[in-house]
Amino acid sequence: MTSTQADRAATLAEQPLRTAGPRLGFASGTLSSITDILGQRELLGMLVRRELKARYKDSSLGFLWTLMRPLAMLLIYYVALGKFLGAARDTPEFAIFIYAGLTAWGFYSEALAAGTGSVVANSGLVKKVYLPREVFPLSAIGSALFNFGVQLIILVLATAAVGSFPTGSRWGYFFMATAILVLFGTAMALLLSALNVYLRDIQYLVEIFVMIFFWVSPIVYPWAMFIDNVKSTVIQEIYLANPITLAVLGFQKTFWVGGDGRPFPDHLYTRMGIAILVGVLLLWLCQRVFARLQANFAQEL
Amino acid sequence: MTTVVQIEDLSKHFVIRKEKSLKERVVNFGRSRKHREDFWALQGINLEIESGTTVGLIGPNGSGKSTLLKMVGGILQPDTGSVKIRGRLAALLELGAGFHPDLTGRENVYLNASILGLSKVQIDRYFDAIVDFSGIEAFIDTQVKFYSSGMYVRLAFAVAVHVDPDILLVDEVLAVGDEPFQRKCLERIRQFQSEGRTIVMVTHGLDQVAEFCDRAVVLEKGRIVTDDLPRVALRALRADFEEARQEERERAIASADPVSALPRAQFTGIAVASESGSTGTPVLADGEGLFIGMQIESERDLQDCVIEIGIANPLGVSVFATNTALLDIAVPPLGRVNKYNVFIPQQRLGEGDYSVQVGLTLSDGTELHRVPEAAQFSVDGDGRSRGFIHLEPQFAVLDS
Repeated sequence: MTSTQADRAATLAEQPLRTAGPRLGFASGTLSSITDILGQRELLGMLVRRELKARYKDSSLGFLWTLMRPLAMLLIYYVALGKFLGAARDTPEFAIFIYAGLTAWGFYSEALAAGTGSVVANSGLVKKVYLPREVFPLSAIGSALFNFGVQLIILVLATAAVGSFPTGSRWGYFFMATAILVLFGTAMALLLSALNVYLRDIQYLVEIFVMIFFWVSPIVYPWAMFIDNVKSTVIQEIYLANPITLAVLGFQKTFWVGGDGRPFPDHLYTRMGIAILVGVLLLWLCQRVFARLQANFAQEL
Repeated sequence: MTTVVQIEDLSKHFVIRKEKSLKERVVNFGRSRKHREDFWALQGINLEIESGTTVGLIGPNGSGKSTLLKMVGGILQPDTGSVKIRGRLAALLELGAGFHPDLTGRENVYLNASILGLSKVQIDRYFDAIVDFSGIEAFIDTQVKFYSSGMYVRLAFAVAVHVDPDILLVDEVLAVGDEPFQRKCLERIRQFQSEGRTIVMVTHGLDQVAEFCDRAVVLEKGRIVTDDLPRVALRALRADFEEARQEERERAIASADPVSALPRAQFTGIAVASESGSTGTPVLADGEGLFIGMQIESERDLQDCVIEIGIANPLGVSVFATNTALLDIAVPPLGRVNKYNVFIPQQRLGEGDYSVQVGLTLSDGTELHRVPEAAQFSVDGDGRSRGFIHLEPQFAVLDS
């Protein structure tokens, strides 16, 4: 036996035996899951870059396509809803208003859609290499965040262009809204990506839910219009219990400077604070469910 | 020695469901038991692997080799028992797992290496070595979807051998690329061994097991049947394979209609003797002749038979083989009991143990019976050479 062999054996002898694969306990695994995921930061970065690079590879406009979709949607809603149906009539800076909502919603829907399919899409890797599987939904979130960033820049530029750049304490709403979006987006992506492995119908269900919930948040119609039509406070409260609605409102509160003086729900800060707490709890729960379900990923795929 | 892999009482079963969609599940809810099937991939596996050893997992298809490897890799979770490991582990279960066809070779190297556990700094350091090893410098900035399959595996393997694991799991991926590249890969495995890394490999290349492994584990239907030196394990496995083939042949005979049925004929006795007259497991001196006697019994008269004779080393690698067709000998039609004698004068085999293989086929190639290890003998040498044949080299020093 040569010295390198003996050295290696000696170094190994100092390490404890550890269980291959993920640790299972429901509560006790939290810490080890977090350290595992943190240990894969670089890989996570690479996976995000892979998704972004691969998406528009070989198309001549490349990343510009990321912008086309929201801009097209903006145009449609602006013309159809704003002009034809008259929503823009008593809504100042209607384009900014819609784009603020679309940006927030765009991130959430992309996180959900891409996140749900992420584990199944990477089945080749899941079956052949052991990695903390959380990296797949997380990388979907990462690439959604990137697109979100690009749209934010446009949104900010647009507010500057119309001459009502958001300043001061308005940004507090923005940060809380973004926190809500990221927390709930990540939690749902983790949960749904794991469930989707066992029941592929999930991804189609998600598509439909995304479509429905688009209209259940005040994205293309202002909050004022909603309370004009729905007088029941109970229904209003239920409507506001949707964290994404709060995030959308938070975005409008930040970027829609022209909307000052228009009605907004009371206690928006408190509501958002609660949503963030719930989001943290939900994220933890979803991660634990994910950790439980991932044990059988390789054989279910 | 340090234990790096410790497997205790490991079992794994798969449920084979026959339906997947929601509709099918709802419709079949009450009867769902009927639509599932339990399949035990592994049962009661106990295995300890010491640091620095190379272990081959062998066995017939579906015996659970790859499942076991995946359990060690943490990809599958055990139903009972535990798998514990020490040190860094890298699994090469599939070359280029995670290669993205739309990315360039360079981007894929970074991605794949980080999947296998290298950090960005390490990849930067090894990058040139990886590209150099793969031998496809010219195409490194091309998207991998334009690669030939050979280039693809070359790049994948190059990445794989530059990871720095304590335990390397290898599943059927060694035989890739053209011959020079294969040799490079096998050299790399040798280097890994000399660095004291532990290698667990699943392979059907039994010669590879004989060549590389310190130990071989034979799995059959999810259980360990033999765990021993490669020589012993390979013999057990080959005997198994032979048995399975016999069974299949028996079944073919039994199920076929009587007209086209294979005639039943088999070897009923084989014996070897040395020229000097010792029998049993004779020890032959260098240059001594070898007698092989055999008896074939046949159910009915058979025309056009070919008898094969071969000599193999203990790992089952054929050293010499011939048959009556090659020797241009017409075997007279087989009767009920037939006896033959073969004499090999002046055998020049190298020192070692050998076994005699015999086979009986029809002239159209249909196999009637085969005995892979019919009889043993050994050859004594003078210790002046190694290898399968004995030669007398004459060494001369030339004037410079």
